[in-house]
Amino acid sequence: MTLFLQQLMNGIGNGVIYASVALALVLIYRTTGILNFAQGEMALFATYVTWQLEDWGVQIVLAIVLSMAIAFVTGGLIELIVIRPVEQKSPFVILIVTIGLFLAINSLTIFQFGDDERQLPSAFGEGAWKVGDVSITANFSGLVAVLVVECAVLWLLLQKTKLGLGLRAVASNPESARLVGISSGTMLMIGWAIASSLGALGGAMYVPTTPALTSGSMQAVLVYAFAAAALGGFDSPLGAVVGGLVVGVAEALAIEYVEPLHDITLVVPFVLIGVVLLFRPTGLFGRNVVERV
Amino acid sequence: MGLNTLQRRLVNLAIAIVVVGVLLWVPQYFGSTQTTLWAQAIYYAVAAMGLNLLTGYNGQISIGHGAFFGVGAYTTAILMENSNWQFLPTLPVVVIVALVLGAAFGFPALRVKGLYLALITLGLAALFPDLVNRFASKYGTGGTSLIQPPRVLAPTWADSFIDFDDQYRYYMALVIAIAMFLLAANLVRGRFGRALVAVRDHEAAASILGVNVARVKVSAFAISAAYAAVAGALSVMVEGSANAGKVEVFQQSILFLVAVVIGGTATVAGPAIGAFVVVFAQDFTKDLIDDKPVLSPALFGIVLILMMYVLPDGLGGGVRRLAQRRRAMTLSASVPPGAP
Repeated sequence: MTLFLQQLMNGIGNGVIYASVALALVLIYRTTGILNFAQGEMALFATYVTWQLEDWGVQIVLAIVLSMAIAFVTGGLIELIVIRPVEQKSPFVILIVTIGLFLAINSLTIFQFGDDERQLPSAFGEGAWKVGDVSITANFSGLVAVLVVECAVLWLLLQKTKLGLGLRAVASNPESARLVGISSGTMLMIGWAIASSLGALGGAMYVPTTPALTSGSMQAVLVYAFAAAALGGFDSPLGAVVGGLVVGVAEALAIEYVEPLHDITLVVPFVLIGVVLLFRPTGLFGRNVVERV
Repeated sequence: MGLNTLQRRLVNLAIAIVVVGVLLWVPQYFGSTQTTLWAQAIYYAVAAMGLNLLTGYNGQISIGHGAFFGVGAYTTAILMENSNWQFLPTLPVVVIVALVLGAAFGFPALRVKGLYLALITLGLAALFPDLVNRFASKYGTGGTSLIQPPRVLAPTWADSFIDFDDQYRYYMALVIAIAMFLLAANLVRGRFGRALVAVRDHEAAASILGVNVARVKVSAFAISAAYAAVAGALSVMVEGSANAGKVEVFQQSILFLVAVVIGGTATVAGPAIGAFVVVFAQDFTKDLIDDKPVLSPALFGIVLILMMYVLPDGLGGGVRRLAQRRRAMTLSASVPPGAP
């Protein structure tokens, strides 16, 4: 039972990170209809910024906040400069452009920060509490708290502010949104900016749970985040969170209890998606689109 | 001047003859390294053609064809290394294995569309290296997943026109690729090709017209997997090894898609052009900046983005637009002044 709870917690911890990046993906997908392949690499760059600041002696929490701010600005700029010119083009074109971004950001990151392994401390310290036989680390509690806060802030932003109303309006019908005077361009830019800083947060949460920060750090996370988003239904933020947690927990339990899956744990999320999509082709929380002939 | 069908066919035939002529002459002119690069472009073209059948003609996006490519490569490599087969006899086995796997993957793909499908196929690409490590590494050198079967060598009867073995491998890849392209051209022009396009453009309408949507989609998956796998087999012949690093499989999957889009989706020549652009653009950006090789993917990525700005419908589409503009100009010029 102890082992089970411990694995469950590991799973939730990872799930929180997947959910964070998946939220970023969903946010961009909802506002622009774009699947951003470069999301992981944007987060990678931001995480290196966090590392650099921390390395210069900036307190880790402050470093994360600063890098989120930088990511916010760069995310908006990327939308404005790179994505804007192809926004109306075919999905293929946009796909290739984000793939181009993926390659470019990854190699610029290596160029700027080098390919050595870097260490990033956890923002929540190394402490742990014992509850019965189960030890709850500070990192775990911190991760869960961050996810809860993140969801609350996003919900408040999207549902309770005028900016959020604009974002949702552009997502649901760009034409009509423009007609009532919402600048869809600005909204899309803000959508990318928010998503980018969510990614930065996810990266800074993720790296301390891994052996080291390298140029390949975020690629596995991106795959898991894709899985989480697909599982939840691509247009649902709630789905992204649930999807992330499910993927994380399923992975952790499979590692522990299913011996043949030992070094092929990636099977887990994809078998899971396969099964879910067989019964609900638009994910757990996705909207069904009615087609007219 | 409008061309009638016969003239257009003759023009196409002439272009094809010139292209094949150039391709035949390439290894006579270039050295071993450059020839291998061209051979690489050829097997990339085969894989891109396969992906084009699925993505361009049938509208199912796959970012996982690196996995099918790998299946082909490993099938050939293991048969050659372990069972001492010659290269050519492995090809039918590769095709059969890939058809079966592709169809098996095509069935679940029936339920999933667009973006979701793209993601699931991405999972395939991410998963494949792990599977190879688990199941194929017992054949590899030192328990790794790298398999280096005996090289394919030029036979003695070819001595008169072959100077080095890379030349022979190049010609072999070229002949197989041409056969695969002719097959694809016939496939898309016929009944099956129309069904592919109909399903892509409107599934419900196609099914009302009597197209068996499920069968068409699964077949498209199987056939395109077979193309990718043959390309993988060719890569083993050309490079002398099969490998499945995480980065490589992902990159290949992306590059195939890039080749299709750059060349122009749903055209026969597009994937070939795209594959050559991708292979040579990568090679070009590799040496562009002295002693900063880490920046070459950045350059390649930027080139990709710029290309999409200038030619959103690919090189094929750009040429077509140019031709249309010229036709429109000659048409308007040939209308006599004062005519209604």
